[in-house]
Amino acid sequence: MELKATKISRQYRRQGKGTNIFTAVQETDLLLSSGKLVEIEGRSGSGKSTILNMMAGILAPTTGKIELDGQDLYAMSDKELSLLRNHRIGMIPQGQTGLRALTVLENVLLPAMLYPQEETGVHKDKKEGQKTSGENDLTARALSLLEQVGIAHLKDAGPDELSGGELRRLAIARALIMNPGIILADEPTADLDDENTRAVLSLLRKCADEGRAVLLVTHERDAADYADQIFRMDKGVLSPVTV
Amino acid sequence: MKFASTLATKNMRRRPVRTAAMILLAAFLAFSVFAGSLIVASLRNGLKSYEDRLGADVVVVPYEARTHGQFESILLQGIPGMFSMSTKDYQKVLGREGIGAAAPQFFLTSASASCCSVSVQIIGFDPELDFTVQPWIRESYEDKLETGDVIVGADLNLPTDREVQFFNTRCKAVAQMEKTGTGLDTAVYCTMDTIELIIRNAQKLGFKAFDNVNPATAVSAVMIKVADGYAPEQVAGDINIHVKHVQAGQAANMFSGIADGLSSVSGIIRILIIMIWILAIAVLAVTFAMISHERAKEFAVLRVIGASRNMLSRLLLTESVAISAIGSVCGVAAAALVILPFSSLISTKLRLPYLMPGAGTIVLFAAGSLLVSILAGSLTAAFSAYRVSRQDAAFTLREGV
Repeated sequence: MELKATKISRQYRRQGKGTNIFTAVQETDLLLSSGKLVEIEGRSGSGKSTILNMMAGILAPTTGKIELDGQDLYAMSDKELSLLRNHRIGMIPQGQTGLRALTVLENVLLPAMLYPQEETGVHKDKKEGQKTSGENDLTARALSLLEQVGIAHLKDAGPDELSGGELRRLAIARALIMNPGIILADEPTADLDDENTRAVLSLLRKCADEGRAVLLVTHERDAADYADQIFRMDKGVLSPVTV
Repeated sequence: MKFASTLATKNMRRRPVRTAAMILLAAFLAFSVFAGSLIVASLRNGLKSYEDRLGADVVVVPYEARTHGQFESILLQGIPGMFSMSTKDYQKVLGREGIGAAAPQFFLTSASASCCSVSVQIIGFDPELDFTVQPWIRESYEDKLETGDVIVGADLNLPTDREVQFFNTRCKAVAQMEKTGTGLDTAVYCTMDTIELIIRNAQKLGFKAFDNVNPATAVSAVMIKVADGYAPEQVAGDINIHVKHVQAGQAANMFSGIADGLSSVSGIIRILIIMIWILAIAVLAVTFAMISHERAKEFAVLRVIGASRNMLSRLLLTESVAISAIGSVCGVAAAALVILPFSSLISTKLRLPYLMPGAGTIVLFAAGSLLVSILAGSLTAAFSAYRVSRQDAAFTLREGV
């Protein structure tokens, strides 16, 4: 699986005294491949999240294109792109993203509720011959993911009852529930203590080792130890960092 | 769809007070439409029934009865009254030009005393001449009315032995009239022979009100159908000029007063409905806008995990349809509980003919009110649903960190 950005850039029109254009991401290329963990580091406002959002299919680039296995994301209809996001891209957004009406377990299972399972092709990324799991299997998988991120005991709690770190871990479990081929993590270790930071980074590394393409956007210095490739983002310019 | 309904249900449960308040607003919408339309329809029905039952072009009553509003009170509110004109005046009326048919009636009030079963309005008519009462009586009783036979209005309760007594005159209730929604529902009908018998017995009992009444020739009102080539206005005017002590009025003018009353009541109801609707729809729309704003980040998260724009709209619309549907059912049920059992009280307070439509029409009104309220309630979320679907998930996630 390959998620490839070619000559993408992103500009914003700023409203104020006079109209001016702000370039959040300068023209750049980026390639995410199966089995590789790519890290982008950089200061706040440098454009890291913008590039991740473009790769996730929720922010159209001003120029260039993003292809998943040769398929241009932004040439798709909203329905097609949404379906693709649902079953092939697992995104861990910034901040606290639990839905307050749902329990922790329901939040993790939420992506699986969006489409009928046969439509989502939930298991497309699974190896051939692997048994298609039903609802029980999904719940078991959700519980296993919660176990891996260390919040299984909070499965029936509401997001309002969770700490910032626990909410981040909920988002990680949710991003993995559909067993996607691509993981895009935007500051997944923010608010986490050292122990949990290592646990999450190890989990993302494990995802890559299992054959997924992983993009990690972070301030975390230790993250470099888990990455196959590191980029630095500075004022919208993406540059490779030699390890 | 399962996603939308499941999440909508959970969202509604998470904020029970807000959900209840919104359901209440939706209930107001349905209540106002159903109750308002039912009252207006009942008033229209009542007026139609009143026009039909009066059945005359011109009505002649003693001057005092008209000026004191006694005649209208009997017909509209069922307030019993008794008045009579002299035989001489009655004959003069009959002698005027342009009268095609004339039917005398006598209005008699029974007493609240042991000699009478109940204090009601008794209306006597001449079977040979009558053209206003008998067509309606035939709907419930086809045989000839004998002396002592009475037909009672729809709102009177009949004793099990169907025997009623007026001034010690034993009468047999042979039938009960269909409901009219007018004062006639509390009246008793009989022939002039029975009236004569009752008056004689009342005189024997010493009731002073009957001192100057000749039982054989007593007439309270004359119902006139004008002859071909004559206008009711012309005939009424002629009687008023040439016959003293009586007042002839066009039936149409009597209706116009009621129609004016009906029109003003309907107008007030309409204004109330419009005000309730504007208020409720505005509050619902603002609430849905607030909900969509408050949950902007949730919607962005749903986009991230794969919800399409349509799915987000559907989610918000599902919530609004559910709230509107629950509210509308409650509103219609509440309106039915208030309007249906208390129709007599409403009729009394409005002082207008009030006849509830049939069950089929009521069911249709209920279904229509449900439909309109659910549609209106749902549409209040339409703009918010559109905005949610257009929301930029990346921007919202960035803003809401």
